[in-house]
Amino acid sequence: MAQETVATGNSGSAPMVDARDVHKYFHQNEVLRGVSMRVQRGEVVCVIGPSGSGKTTFLRCINHLEKITKGNIYVDGQPVGYRETEDGRVVEDTEKNIAAMRAQIGMVFQRFNLFPHLTALQNIMEAPIQVKGANRAEAEERAKSLLAKVGLEHKADAYPARLSGGQQQRVAIARALAMDPKLMLFDEATSALDPELVGEVLKVMRQLAEEGMTMVVVTHEMGFAREVADRVIFMDGGVIVEEGKPEQIFSAPQQERTQNFLRKVL
Amino acid sequence: MGSNPVVKFFESILTLNGSYHWGAVWQFLFRTEVLQGVLLTLIMAVLAQLVGSLIGLALYFVRRSRLRVLRGIGQAYVWFFRGTPLLVQIVFLYNFLPIIHVARPLIHTNLFQHLGFVDATPLDAFIAAFIALSFNEGAYMAEIVRAGIDSIDPGQMEAARSLGMTSWQGMRCIVLPQALRVIVPPLGNEFNSMLKSTSLASTIGVFELLEVANAFAFTGNVLEALTAAAIWYLTLTTVWSFIQASIERKLNASNIDPSQLGQGPWLGRVFGNIFVRTRPAGAPVTDVALPVPLDHR
Repeated sequence: MAQETVATGNSGSAPMVDARDVHKYFHQNEVLRGVSMRVQRGEVVCVIGPSGSGKTTFLRCINHLEKITKGNIYVDGQPVGYRETEDGRVVEDTEKNIAAMRAQIGMVFQRFNLFPHLTALQNIMEAPIQVKGANRAEAEERAKSLLAKVGLEHKADAYPARLSGGQQQRVAIARALAMDPKLMLFDEATSALDPELVGEVLKVMRQLAEEGMTMVVVTHEMGFAREVADRVIFMDGGVIVEEGKPEQIFSAPQQERTQNFLRKVL
Repeated sequence: MGSNPVVKFFESILTLNGSYHWGAVWQFLFRTEVLQGVLLTLIMAVLAQLVGSLIGLALYFVRRSRLRVLRGIGQAYVWFFRGTPLLVQIVFLYNFLPIIHVARPLIHTNLFQHLGFVDATPLDAFIAAFIALSFNEGAYMAEIVRAGIDSIDPGQMEAARSLGMTSWQGMRCIVLPQALRVIVPPLGNEFNSMLKSTSLASTIGVFELLEVANAFAFTGNVLEALTAAAIWYLTLTTVWSFIQASIERKLNASNIDPSQLGQGPWLGRVFGNIFVRTRPAGAPVTDVALPVPLDHR
């Protein structure tokens, strides 16, 4: 493991995400059974599949919120969460290194996870100040422009409890963007929203995709996947069953499991 | 008072048949010794609560340690200090300190005399009481801190981590400020308790409020002195309850439905916000439970 890393330490040419034969056990339960995939720079990949298929777990492995049991994940050419010691053993990386790696990967959660004791503006400013050491005035300036970007400049001083679900999720996206990530992970970002609030969040995500952000999107929004994704991955039972261009997956799925799933959700 | 028999009857009750002098209570209340006793009680309570709270916080991490030995030590600490009487701990420590030659020289250090205390507390007694109160408080605070931190949605720490914070940064900037809201109300009760528990230090000769009052036994008016002490304890705990309520209101600022602010009955605003609707600590923020903003788009 990790031999290639030493060789490809230069970023730039490496794919943004390179997962190789990723396995993940929760106790005896194998939820990922050898997942391999690559995401190129600027690519938008949507991961679809029934619940329990391992798609969320896989997403969480990409920024090491879950530890993988076997396999390798590289982000921008760097191994995620693990490093090789001088005598060749593979051990979990130091917390500092893991944190530094996560600082470059934005994540948006299904349940928003905004910090309820901070205003919308403060939610966005907190990480740049604490992690990057940005000064307060700069961070505030940037936070304001990000709030404007997601259409919430008028909610800067509102606490999360005073925002609708859609507004909270847009603040959460702005919060992730404040760290200038090179990769964004979306974990069912619209699943906890009332139907009429889904659109405003998808609009922001679509805008990000158009700006060239590299995105891995776990979603149940087939319309979004069809229109925005460069590639769609269908997962079931902890493996990638099928992947391809959205038109191919949605119009002419090759695998029976994909066909069954799409028949149920479309 | 006149010769009205009814007035006389109540007068005899209030003065224990002439042996109790309310005027003496008034005099005791503001005697230098008593005021200094109040001061010492306050100093001891504040210091012990502070150190005890820090011990409680430290115990949270000790009991969450990856090392089984550390977890065991943390557990044993809480078990011991919650399982033995505070009075025993104070007396034990007072007799134990000289044995390990920590406080022996301190007996001859007249710190409190130098500071101008009329009733000079031996420094070793003060230190023994302070340590015992702190350690004992630490065990109780450990439980309170644990309940507070554990009540915070794990998603908060995950969000902090996903933004590149270390777990310490996440704890300090995200989890602890939220946990404080849960911790402060029981912490307030602990401090109320602490103000009164300091009276146990009278048994080892610390001239806090109770011991100062006791020392007036020679005047033959000890009951009046004790009444003055009781009035001071009541004053301290009452003032604290006001301070506590104000702290809780500030911590809850982001949680309170603004339309409810300042509308509760006066007593409600002072005693613990019980009339102000807040989201229960740790409850997930959901669309359903939220007031729908008028201008969401």
